[in-house]
Amino acid sequence: MEKLGELGFSEEQGDLLEVAMNFCRGRSPIETVRGLLTDERGYDPAVWKEIGEMGWLSIAIPESYGGVGLSLAEVVPVAEAMGRYLLNSPFVSTTLTAQALLNGATEDQKQAWLPRLAAGEAATLAVLEAGGDWDLGAPACQAAPAGDGVVLSGQKRFVADASDAALIIVSVTHEGGPALLLLEPGDWPEGALRRETVVDETRRSYELTLDGITVPAARLMPDGQAAATLAHVQLCTNLLSAADMAGANLALIDYTLDYLRTRTQFGKPIGAYQALKHPMVDAYVLYEQARSHVYSAAHCFDRQGEGEVATRMAKVSALEAYSRAGDRSIQFHGGFGFTYDCDAQLHRRRAIWHGAQSGDEAHHKRVLAELLLG
Amino acid sequence: MSAVDQKELAEFSAAAEAWFAENTVKDPGFRLPLTFMEVGTDQQFEFLRDWQNKVWEAGYLGAAWPKAYGGGGLDPEFQKAATAAMRKHDAPIMLNAIGLNWTGPMLLDIGTEEQKSQYLKGILSAEDIWCQGFSEPENGSDLGNAQTRAVRDGDEYVITGSKIWTTQGNYAKYMILLARTNPDAPRKYDGLSFFLAPMRVPGVETMPIRKLTGEYGFTQTFFDGARIPAKGLMGQEGQGWTFAMQLLEYERGVRGGQAGGYIITEQNAFDVVDLARRVKRGGRPAIEDPVLKDKLVDFIIEIQSNALCRQRLAVPPLNQEKPFGIPLASKLMTTEFARRINEFAVSLTGVDGGYYVGDPNAVDDGLWTRAYLNAFSATIGGGTSQIQRNIVAEHALGLPKG
Repeated sequence: MEKLGELGFSEEQGDLLEVAMNFCRGRSPIETVRGLLTDERGYDPAVWKEIGEMGWLSIAIPESYGGVGLSLAEVVPVAEAMGRYLLNSPFVSTTLTAQALLNGATEDQKQAWLPRLAAGEAATLAVLEAGGDWDLGAPACQAAPAGDGVVLSGQKRFVADASDAALIIVSVTHEGGPALLLLEPGDWPEGALRRETVVDETRRSYELTLDGITVPAARLMPDGQAAATLAHVQLCTNLLSAADMAGANLALIDYTLDYLRTRTQFGKPIGAYQALKHPMVDAYVLYEQARSHVYSAAHCFDRQGEGEVATRMAKVSALEAYSRAGDRSIQFHGGFGFTYDCDAQLHRRRAIWHGAQSGDEAHHKRVLAELLLG
Repeated sequence: MSAVDQKELAEFSAAAEAWFAENTVKDPGFRLPLTFMEVGTDQQFEFLRDWQNKVWEAGYLGAAWPKAYGGGGLDPEFQKAATAAMRKHDAPIMLNAIGLNWTGPMLLDIGTEEQKSQYLKGILSAEDIWCQGFSEPENGSDLGNAQTRAVRDGDEYVITGSKIWTTQGNYAKYMILLARTNPDAPRKYDGLSFFLAPMRVPGVETMPIRKLTGEYGFTQTFFDGARIPAKGLMGQEGQGWTFAMQLLEYERGVRGGQAGGYIITEQNAFDVVDLARRVKRGGRPAIEDPVLKDKLVDFIIEIQSNALCRQRLAVPPLNQEKPFGIPLASKLMTTEFARRINEFAVSLTGVDGGYYVGDPNAVDDGLWTRAYLNAFSATIGGGTSQIQRNIVAEHALGLPKG
């Protein structure tokens, strides 16, 4: 059975947490978040530029590739802060793409791309497909030999922030096994990207049709490493997803508490009634537990075995806490909770998105059962 | 940060490890209580009193209390290291819980020099067992309505009334007593006073209470005109509620200063995993049942949640938003968890869940069922989980009182 990890917190994490919370509070008040819901791009390019200039995209990239040389543990407080203020940008998709390159690309590919991503160019991953499987190891999309290169077929779904990406890493089946390859704008024809209508309206996500796209063989990442890279990227996704939810969860709790203190019925603030007070405490406790898991997962992430257990626990804990708090927040807001104007819906939809993107509680608990109970 | 000599600390820690490795008695030949509320026989009591005394004499209890009062005069980091060594070796609990964890720290904070000299050393050595007289038969959660009377008569107070759920009441030499000095105070809270009261005086009687498990561990305490010294009054008359609330902050871990060690053995989710490997469902180990497996994973995640929350308290930047949240909620989290995991363990034993302590066929001597039933002592005592939720809501989340 795997050992359980502990919680740790570095000075760098502390500095980044403080700076990122301040930045996101200033750049992403709820009016701005609401305003961007109907914006085609879904984020403010000026804010994205600032994020790049502050070096946050280079945190977990080694110095030899133009990065700061820290790790995902230091990305976690930034992701948490962005969650807290529902700040959308291609930050997470770009960070995850860099992790995929680091884990599975050739040296030339790393040299070519990592400095660009570290400097603030957006990139994303295309790893999900129809059929809704969180096991990324057997893509239905194909890469078949065509002259000096490969021709692609099939369709990827939920490609985050694809419209502005300078690089998309796509998973395909190549020569009987999983493979990853690099696509750049110009590789895909007009109309290959279709913006999807997604449950979390702060997000931008696209369907990418690969049929007929031909790329040179040099775009392939080494085949043998692809399965491991996909598994790694999936864990990275879950870590940052849990951090985002922990961040947003506190915002949701504070938003709900504010209503419970100020809304009066039968001559009392509704928060004085134990029927609301007690489940609110239960939701709050779940949140604190989730945040503790997130920082333990961040701390243990690079450890073999322990890191995976901690990350999946963090995801389960954060998803359960955030889903529960969102569900109760809608209910506790009464009639207002049923409206589009109540922020509870933003949160409840966000939690659904996170579960759908990288695995729900049942999925991760099934894997945890194998890891912990054999 | 304190200037702790890391080398000294490491040496102390290694010595503690070695000491507990050598001196911890795993099986004294009878069942050891898992919590300070389960001390039901004289045999258990004597064993634990000797054990606490031995740990104190070795320097691993009260290491951070002042030397003048029997402590070690060291930085709290040293006591933490000693407690960690205790845990690592599954040492028996510290017996004198009310003294070590609540009365002692409070006396250190606000006691007079005379009180500190008189009481603290006996708390550490387990010479003087302390009990707590707060709850009454008619006033449990509504503690502020306590009706036990204390009437001043010269340099004594005359106590009349009854306290209940007095842990180790039959063994205690002293009680921290909440009693009403002024029945006419406009606010019921303002009529209460706080006493350090001797138990072995005429007019004090204890009667053991039989628990839902069939065992003992608590008493009801009757005061029938018992005379106690007036100098046992803490502060002034009317300050009792303030002190009682302060005491509860030690109890709930919001305030520090505890002598160290632990008074409740930690529930280990993996003991239940082990149980699930041993018991059968449909001829196969229960752990192979996917439904049970799913529940086990939930419990392991939750026990890890509680451990991590405790670790997080040592990281101030991660406790900024609601600094009292985790401290105030920790009792709720851990006691409810203990209740539920033991309940689950009972269900795991299947048909044999029908047996009880004492039957040779009972799984693990019926420990799981007893632990489940005993777990209510912690979800009810020291403020029920329902009252705890009110406290968290009002003091950590800023919700209005009902």
